[in-house]
Amino acid sequence: MSCVLGSLLSDSQGSFLEGHTSLQTDPCPASPAPRTPPSHGPSGRPGRGCGQGIKGPAGSGLSYGVCALLQPSRAATMVHWSAEEKQLISSVWGKVNVEECGAEALARLLIVYPWTQRFFDNFGNLSSPTAIIGNPKVRAHGKKVLTSFGEAVKNLDNIKKCFAQLSKLHCDKLHVDPENFRLLGDILIIVLASHFGKDFTPACQAAWQKMVRVVAHALAHEYH
Amino acid sequence: MVLSSADKTNVKGVFAKIGGHAEDYGAETLERMFATYPQTKTYFPHFDLGKGSAQVKGHGKKVAAALVEAANHIDDIAGALSKLSDLHAQKLRVDPVNFKLLGQCFLVVVASHNPALLTPEVHASLDKFLCAVGTVLTAKYR
Repeated sequence: MSCVLGSLLSDSQGSFLEGHTSLQTDPCPASPAPRTPPSHGPSGRPGRGCGQGIKGPAGSGLSYGVCALLQPSRAATMVHWSAEEKQLISSVWGKVNVEECGAEALARLLIVYPWTQRFFDNFGNLSSPTAIIGNPKVRAHGKKVLTSFGEAVKNLDNIKKCFAQLSKLHCDKLHVDPENFRLLGDILIIVLASHFGKDFTPACQAAWQKMVRVVAHALAHEYH
Repeated sequence: MVLSSADKTNVKGVFAKIGGHAEDYGAETLERMFATYPQTKTYFPHFDLGKGSAQVKGHGKKVAAALVEAANHIDDIAGALSKLSDLHAQKLRVDPVNFKLLGQCFLVVVASHNPALLTPEVHASLDKFLCAVGTVLTAKYR
């Protein structure tokens, strides 16, 4: 299992990361991190993560620890998925064309909620629905975003952990209001409904709305 | 939230296409809402909410009729739904957040039955319309 942070950090968002050339990502642990004594790592912040993962800019005092499970309150809020929910989520996901659905979901987000365009000044022409749908940067970014969802589908029991770094990125670098994650989640549901028709049963919708809610929550979790 | 003339055209087009299925869409909207957002069931303790419930069907018909009425009077939704607005403010007092949830489920129903109808532009217009309806129904709350 791996976090998608590496691929997400590479291209058009690269401007946020100029100077931070030594970024490395660590894979999400497959199981909760062993309890280690709180460490005063390079960040000087006791007990935050186990010292691995992305290091913030030198001297910033920031450290983006991969595992943040040393705080009992986090372990206590693990999401429970029934067997049926897991089955509904994976069976839908198995039939999703990530590139197409991702592109469509992001395009619809920008069209239906035009204020979300504020995060994409460097995407070029977003002046009309046609322009947005045909915009190659929108398509590429939509694919990237939905690929990230795929990581959540594969790691339903570790979503918060898996998205910890992405969450910090969205807060510290991208400055995205978490409400946008909820908006995108709702749009994704509608895209799935339009692709799967009657197969997107109420039970299916319920499982997927829970999924997008959990993902949105995980992405907002590291906000401060 | 201002509905442009394009929005109004789009919305009317949706309801024209849905036609006689509106009642079924209403029922399915509620079914999905109860399944997806269980907290919405708290407004219906007196209902049988099981699958195929006649009460849910009946209520779905009412909800759909209200949406159709609003679409037919899209230039004056507040006027068309004034009595419903009073009802929600004085008697039903459904928390405003729930109108968004209903709206989401209605969009899902339209999308799943008519994917070709719900283009991004129509999706945007319908979403705006549903927001406007929710706003009208909660306008007199305080």
